[in-house]
Amino acid sequence: MIQLNSFLIISAIVFSLGLFTVIYKKNAVGILMGVELILNSVNLNFIAFSKYVDVHINGQLVAIFIIVLAAAEAAIALAIILNIYRDRANIDVTQLDEMKH
Amino acid sequence: MIQTALFIWLLPLAAFTIQILFGKRLPRKGDWVSITAIGISFVLAISLLIQALTHYDPEFVVTASIPWIDLGSFKINMGIYLDNLAIIMLMVVTTVSFLVHVYSLGYMKGETYYNRFYAYLSLFSFSMLGLILWDNLFGIYIMWELVGICSYLLIGFYFEKDSAANAGKKAFITNRVGDFGFLIGLLIVFTSLGTFNLSEINLGVSQGMLSGGLLTAAGILLFAGAIGKSAQFPLHVWLPDAMEGPTPVSALIHAATMVAAGVYLMARLSFMLSFDAMLVVAYVGGFTALFSATIAITQNDIKRVLAYSTISQLGYMIMAIGVGAYTAGFFHLVTHAMFKAGLFLASGSVIHAVHHSMDKIGEHGDPNDMRNMGGFKSKMPITYLVFLIFSLALSGIPFFSGFLSKDAILGGSLAFALAQHNPIHFLLPVFGFLAAAITAFYMFRLIIMTFYGEPKKPKLFEHIHESPKTMTIPLLTLAFLSLFFVYTIPSINPTTGEGGWFYHLIEKPVSAVSTQLGHAVYQMTEHAEHLAHVSGLMISIVLALAGILLAFAFYFWKKIDVEALTEKIKPLYLLSLNKYYIDEIYNATVIRGLLIWNDFLSWFDGAVIDGLVNSTAWIVRNFSVLDGLFDTYVVDGLVNGVGSAVSAFGKSLRKVQTGQIQNYVLGAVLGTAIIIILTMI
Amino acid sequence: MEANQILFIAIALLTVLSAAVVAFSNKIIHSAFALLATFTGFAMLYVYLSADYLAVTQIIIYVGGILILIIFGVLMTHKIYSTTKKTAHNSILVSLLGGVLAAGLILFIISLNPWAANIAKDFSPTTAVIGKEILTNYLLPFEIISVLLLGALIGAIFIARQEDKEK
Repeated sequence: MIQLNSFLIISAIVFSLGLFTVIYKKNAVGILMGVELILNSVNLNFIAFSKYVDVHINGQLVAIFIIVLAAAEAAIALAIILNIYRDRANIDVTQLDEMKH
Repeated sequence: MIQTALFIWLLPLAAFTIQILFGKRLPRKGDWVSITAIGISFVLAISLLIQALTHYDPEFVVTASIPWIDLGSFKINMGIYLDNLAIIMLMVVTTVSFLVHVYSLGYMKGETYYNRFYAYLSLFSFSMLGLILWDNLFGIYIMWELVGICSYLLIGFYFEKDSAANAGKKAFITNRVGDFGFLIGLLIVFTSLGTFNLSEINLGVSQGMLSGGLLTAAGILLFAGAIGKSAQFPLHVWLPDAMEGPTPVSALIHAATMVAAGVYLMARLSFMLSFDAMLVVAYVGGFTALFSATIAITQNDIKRVLAYSTISQLGYMIMAIGVGAYTAGFFHLVTHAMFKAGLFLASGSVIHAVHHSMDKIGEHGDPNDMRNMGGFKSKMPITYLVFLIFSLALSGIPFFSGFLSKDAILGGSLAFALAQHNPIHFLLPVFGFLAAAITAFYMFRLIIMTFYGEPKKPKLFEHIHESPKTMTIPLLTLAFLSLFFVYTIPSINPTTGEGGWFYHLIEKPVSAVSTQLGHAVYQMTEHAEHLAHVSGLMISIVLALAGILLAFAFYFWKKIDVEALTEKIKPLYLLSLNKYYIDEIYNATVIRGLLIWNDFLSWFDGAVIDGLVNSTAWIVRNFSVLDGLFDTYVVDGLVNGVGSAVSAFGKSLRKVQTGQIQNYVLGAVLGTAIIIILTMI
Repeated sequence: MEANQILFIAIALLTVLSAAVVAFSNKIIHSAFALLATFTGFAMLYVYLSADYLAVTQIIIYVGGILILIIFGVLMTHKIYSTTKKTAHNSILVSLLGGVLAAGLILFIISLNPWAANIAKDFSPTTAVIGKEILTNYLLPFEIISVLLLGALIGAIFIARQEDKEK
């Protein structure tokens, strides 16, 4: 019998890997991938709870909205990345610090 | 009738409004608006007079009033009080005003402010008619001030000339003195009786609500207004100067109507004059009559002679009210209005001619100076004729209106003196008779100097010509109104007006003053009037003729050398020529005193008040300097210290902001971890 | 062990390991392809959770949409291949600190909660239910998210557009 905890643990591991990716990569597209990992792990949590805890399927509905948001976010993020790349031929986020101070 | 009266009153106001707003743009500068308005008023006044004559009732009166101010216990009703006195007065004002309007068509032709002149005339007519019609002292006071304003505006009509502007100011300020008395009198009446309404005042006084010294004071103070407006001694100084105004104005305002307003007011108020107040009135009037007549003898300005003559005649009227010869006084007002307006207009005709002649020969001089005239009789026959008629009327020669009224006044004053057991009061008739003789003398001096003899300046004389019809027709009308039978119909008795309509319509009001003495005076005076009438009549004729003869002897036949006589009595001559130095005395006392007082106040302001203010300012300023130092070093130091501390702290904290987004993410994770750990533990 | 469980473990391993490849790979293009495996793994896990509709959606949107987008992004920002490990990454220790900390925290929280009501509903088709819910109880969020998506589309086009005026 597959338990809820197994899903939660998978989700936790993927979430941590996503967070690690966000911090670790200098490449902006890499960071975007990390964010997608995080969003997927969250979705997995929602769906797992909707099966094991909730009597209804609200978790699945929330997951749908998150997928839509993720799509929008990816589109915008890539547009920004392309713009930055066009501007400076580089997408190293560590160099994007004009707005500090 | 009330409606008719309202129309008479308000039409000139409408004309004024139209004139002042649109006058310049109307054809002919809108003179026809004013003339039409006053013309209709004139016709309506005639209809009122005809109604009064058909009633033929001395008690005839119509009133109407509406509430005007209603503030709790303070109530003023505004209304119209239309009795025979008011109707005849309306008639006089509209007649003279209408004729002056017509006369001005010729006289004022081509003036720059032609339309404004007519606007002022309309405003004046409105105010004067309101003064006559209103049934309460408050309204009368308002209109009283309005005519004062009009007088000011019209005297200063040639305001480019300094003398005219100053004369206007003088008239206005001098009148203020009298009007102040009027105002105080008004307040006494209101505080004592709680009303301004004339009939209610009459009732209140007869019930004894206002009596004794206060009543006398009220009477004298109200009379002070009349002293100012009717140019009585000692406030007469403005009237001769007022001759700076255009001549038609002098005729309308300063001869016939406005100056008579004082007399009219005293006639209206005669019921509330106590015996003492009446004595004051009588003596002021009598003295003024003689006093200004003596000044008129030596004046060379044709209009000034007439001005002093006006003062003198107004003195007669005032005296008549004072001695209780009420009807005679008002009668003189009416006849005098006609012939004095006529005299002014006729002199205006002469001045007009001289002025034009001077323009033609390119000479600059005073067109009013009689010493430049002489022999005008042949050139200006109509003017001469009417001038003669007016002068005879003024001098009190039988068959002319002036004789009827002046003789009645003289008879009245004689009767008053006879009725009193105090010989001092014979001064009053003496003043009157002397003034009558002098009046005849200076009027014929004027006529002889102007119309008889050789022309003094032949060149000037050549261009003299008769005035246009718009000027001569009013003159002839006024001359007709100066004939005796106009006032004596239906009886035709040239020696007295007593059988005529005028005496029938105007009856002396019963005095409301309840003192025994007051009544006694009235009764005895009436009784004595009959006794005094014949003697007064004889004396006045003799004196008038003597005056005329003397004038001829001096100036026409030259039996007596004027120059030599002048030398002999030089002090007296100078006294008269310089108007008894009244103006100089006022300058030296009242005006100088005021100026000194002003200087003192100015010094006080400069030294004491300014000193106080400045020292206060000094203290405040130095305190401010100290305060400024405190601000700079203590307060600013604190504020700046806080500011720089925050700024330094901020600078050190700024280093945390690396701009590295991944550092922030790490920070967020650490922060979340700390929070979770803290909540779990 | 049932075949079902073995399959589940295999799927879980695929998911986690491919996610690890995404995280640790030196070349961004490897990460991108590893992400494909992760997304597919998630879709299969959804099947285990009786979420048929979402499993399909996951494939269509993530694999067919977002992943393609990401690969486009990778390909269009070239020079990627020339980057070395050092220049491509931040300090691995610091990053691991963040990741391990997060994992530890989440696992700690999971261990604290017993999740008492383990009801484990039976499988039933969810597509009809989801469609009904979206058009009834979730209508407002649905409309809002539609507008958001539209705005994101327009915004993305506007931002990524070549600005002709400057050239």
